[in-house]
Amino acid sequence: MTLKSLLSATALAMLPLGASAAFAEDLPPCDNCSDSMVLMSWGGAYQASQVAAYAEPYSKLTGVKITWDEGSNEAIAKMRAASEAGNMTYSLVDVEGPDSQRACDEGLAEEIDFDKDLAAAPDGTAASKDFGSAIINECFVPQIVFSTTFGYRTDVKEWNGKVPDNLCAIFDLENFPGMRALEKRPKKNLEWALLCDGVPKEELYTVLSSEGGVDRALAKLDTIKDQVVWWSAGAETPQLLADGEVVMGSTYNGRLFSAIVEQKQPIGMLWDWQVFDFDGWVVPKGLDEAQKNRVLHFLNFATDTQRLADQAKYISYGPARASSQPLVSTHATLGIEMAPYMPTNPANQKNYLVNNIEWWADNQDEVEVAFQNWLSK
Amino acid sequence: MTEQTADGLMLAADGKPLKQSLNRALRRQKLRAFLLIAPLLIFVLVTFIAPIGDMLFRSVENDIVADTLPRTVAALADWSPDSGAPPGEPVYRALASDLLIAVAAKTHTQLGTRLNYEDSGFSSLLRGTGRDVDDMGEDVGKALVAVDPVWDEPVTWTNLLGDPAWISAQADWAKAGDKTPEPPFVPSAAAQKNLPLTAAAYGDFARVMQTVKEDSPTEKRPWNTVAVSLTEDLKANPSAAAAFGADWQPRLSAVVAAEQGGAIPAADFMAAFTESDKAWGTPQPWEVIKTFSPRFTSGYFLNAVDLKMTPEGIAPRSEAERVYLMLFLRTMVLSLVITGTCILLGYPVAWLLANLPARTANLLMILVLLPFWTSLLVRTSAWKVLLQQQGVINDLLVWAGLVADNNRLVLINNQTGTIIAMTHILLPFMILPLYSVMKTIPPSYLRAAKSLGATDWTAFWRVYFPQSVPGIGAGSILVFILAIGYYITPELVGGAKGVFISNRIAYHIGTSLNWGLAAALGSLLLVVVLVLYWVYDRIVGIDNVKLG
Repeated sequence: MTLKSLLSATALAMLPLGASAAFAEDLPPCDNCSDSMVLMSWGGAYQASQVAAYAEPYSKLTGVKITWDEGSNEAIAKMRAASEAGNMTYSLVDVEGPDSQRACDEGLAEEIDFDKDLAAAPDGTAASKDFGSAIINECFVPQIVFSTTFGYRTDVKEWNGKVPDNLCAIFDLENFPGMRALEKRPKKNLEWALLCDGVPKEELYTVLSSEGGVDRALAKLDTIKDQVVWWSAGAETPQLLADGEVVMGSTYNGRLFSAIVEQKQPIGMLWDWQVFDFDGWVVPKGLDEAQKNRVLHFLNFATDTQRLADQAKYISYGPARASSQPLVSTHATLGIEMAPYMPTNPANQKNYLVNNIEWWADNQDEVEVAFQNWLSK
Repeated sequence: MTEQTADGLMLAADGKPLKQSLNRALRRQKLRAFLLIAPLLIFVLVTFIAPIGDMLFRSVENDIVADTLPRTVAALADWSPDSGAPPGEPVYRALASDLLIAVAAKTHTQLGTRLNYEDSGFSSLLRGTGRDVDDMGEDVGKALVAVDPVWDEPVTWTNLLGDPAWISAQADWAKAGDKTPEPPFVPSAAAQKNLPLTAAAYGDFARVMQTVKEDSPTEKRPWNTVAVSLTEDLKANPSAAAAFGADWQPRLSAVVAAEQGGAIPAADFMAAFTESDKAWGTPQPWEVIKTFSPRFTSGYFLNAVDLKMTPEGIAPRSEAERVYLMLFLRTMVLSLVITGTCILLGYPVAWLLANLPARTANLLMILVLLPFWTSLLVRTSAWKVLLQQQGVINDLLVWAGLVADNNRLVLINNQTGTIIAMTHILLPFMILPLYSVMKTIPPSYLRAAKSLGATDWTAFWRVYFPQSVPGIGAGSILVFILAIGYYITPELVGGAKGVFISNRIAYHIGTSLNWGLAAALGSLLLVVVLVLYWVYDRIVGIDNVKLG
């Protein structure tokens, strides 16, 4: 709470004088729009960055009251429950890419007309082009690119001064002994295991689809199974690393950024084969007209080039718009250059993966059972 | 006060038989009692029983296949998967008709999600085919337009197939401006009689346009399936043209002539589907649709006990696909262990509470209740700090020299972690009922036993313990039932092998969205609890349980 208000206060303080007047001119009027919204997001530092970068400025400009619901972890389940009850209580929902696909498939989210509903880049490039490959389906308005990657402790005596410089150090118990933290889900782990089992990036999903492909990945994970702590919340890995409970582990890059830069823990970051994912908004179906108008009006503002670049001042996730990239500057309170901590920084993305959403939509259920079965053996 | 009649009936003061007025008074009392609890009863029914009932119903409900693919399900009735071959062209046609409607309403992806639970790959199969289905039968549509460009005009179709009354109503509506919804399309009797397939296919198209797309059928060219139906109707009944006005006869005759001359190809939906995805050319997806077409399914329950439904009947899942029975068993065993440790730890504490002087007992009571009032998450996280390998307990043990630094105990992220953390969290539920029972055991009984020569142990075991059993019973039921439903604590401290079936239920509710399976697992858990309760009642007797 304090952090949130602190961040929003700083954000407002940083707006140049008279800027709000300039915005007000930019902001088109909103006809037949409701005067409140309920936004669902992830809570924590991420939601705070959204509040500071666009929710608070938008409220300031329009007087719209914004209520937050920190339920994105189970966003689709909540949307489905609200939709079945015939009372959609959320105006706009923040979800990860694969969840947006599900919301779309289940008929829970509105389709977006990207060029009509979203602001064009300052140089006039249409929104659909500016977002480019970040648009993964017709319901999803991308905000940021985040990545899941590895952090490691920089003070492990047993490593004799060696430092992991590629992904496969995870599977190298000889040179890098110690416990590892991995997510208690098959997604990403299977891909990493196959990469380190010698499968080239292009063939990952062909191998996974083939007979015994999943078993091959699990067999590779078997080699480190008794050295793994399985996490289910993204905050666990930084904590485990800070406690010395594990020597390396996967988590979201923003979490590692906080642990390294804000909390000054002896942790290093491994960008090799980071897995990119998008996070963005979906507009739930079943909103009344005034509410929907308000949401689209807000979306247009909140996902324009400047606002997405602003968000990167508060959190180390890359903006999903190409035109926002050059505007990414320094951290709002620490004053450090953010570019080196961005997953989209060219130096960090020599090797990267993007999950095949379609493959996972098809195989999630089956692979999850196989994974749980393997875990409990 | 009371009198007796001649036949011995007791009479009340008002002269009515005593029995009758007593009954009336009792009835009034009962009614008043019922009215008093009525708000609670209604509250429980509305907020508890009804939602649970609704959730449990989902474990067997399976309307989606029959609702989304009604024509396909009907057409598949004659096909048997034993034939080893995919079904015939009519089934593909039916699926194309169903999919066109489903794609317009965007329900095909929902169906894909549902069938994907049974056969991985269905999700993308339906999504991909949904993209292609618009173009199926395109060659027929194009050939028709080649015969006469008039078939490219949307109005041609409404004029040919629409009821004259509807056509004029529609025209009036169009003139008046589109403030009100367009009058729903009505096919003409002539079309229904002479061009039955076309009228039906066009009726579907017009309904979807008007309701789902909010578009007028007079402005949209119909789906290719309508063109295909027209050519087939005319093939079956070349003289159908006679039933329509003079304008139509040359147009329809031209189509008949073109068909006979081979200018209009026969529709091949089977080829179109197979081209969209070669899976459609195999019996596999048809088997799945047929197997899961009934409106009620046992599929979720079978899945919940590691079985699966195949066309040949119920079959066990392969070794690598089994997970739920093992989790049920683990949940039961760990919950029993937790109940056991709660008894072991709680019994002495409850005894102290009941027997210490009031001042000390109150202090002790606060110590028991304090963690009870602390957030569950805080307590669970505190156990992490204590139990982890670099945690307080291991540090102490290493410092004391009991454990080597490179061989620290693994106390968390396994079953030990789950047992320790959950015992702590559930302990008050054991201590409080035990305490309330022990409080009622008179200390004089023990003294009497000892004065009659019993040793401490005999006095405890023969006199005190039997009287405290109802407390153990009550505590055990509470702890056990709470334990098998826990999922936050096992998720946080259970690692890979200390998680419960409830964690899977939570996963299916919140993440995989397979609510049917979650409901089936939940129902099974409920049944297990009821059965255990029944067994417990038979062995211990529920009347012997005292909660206070």
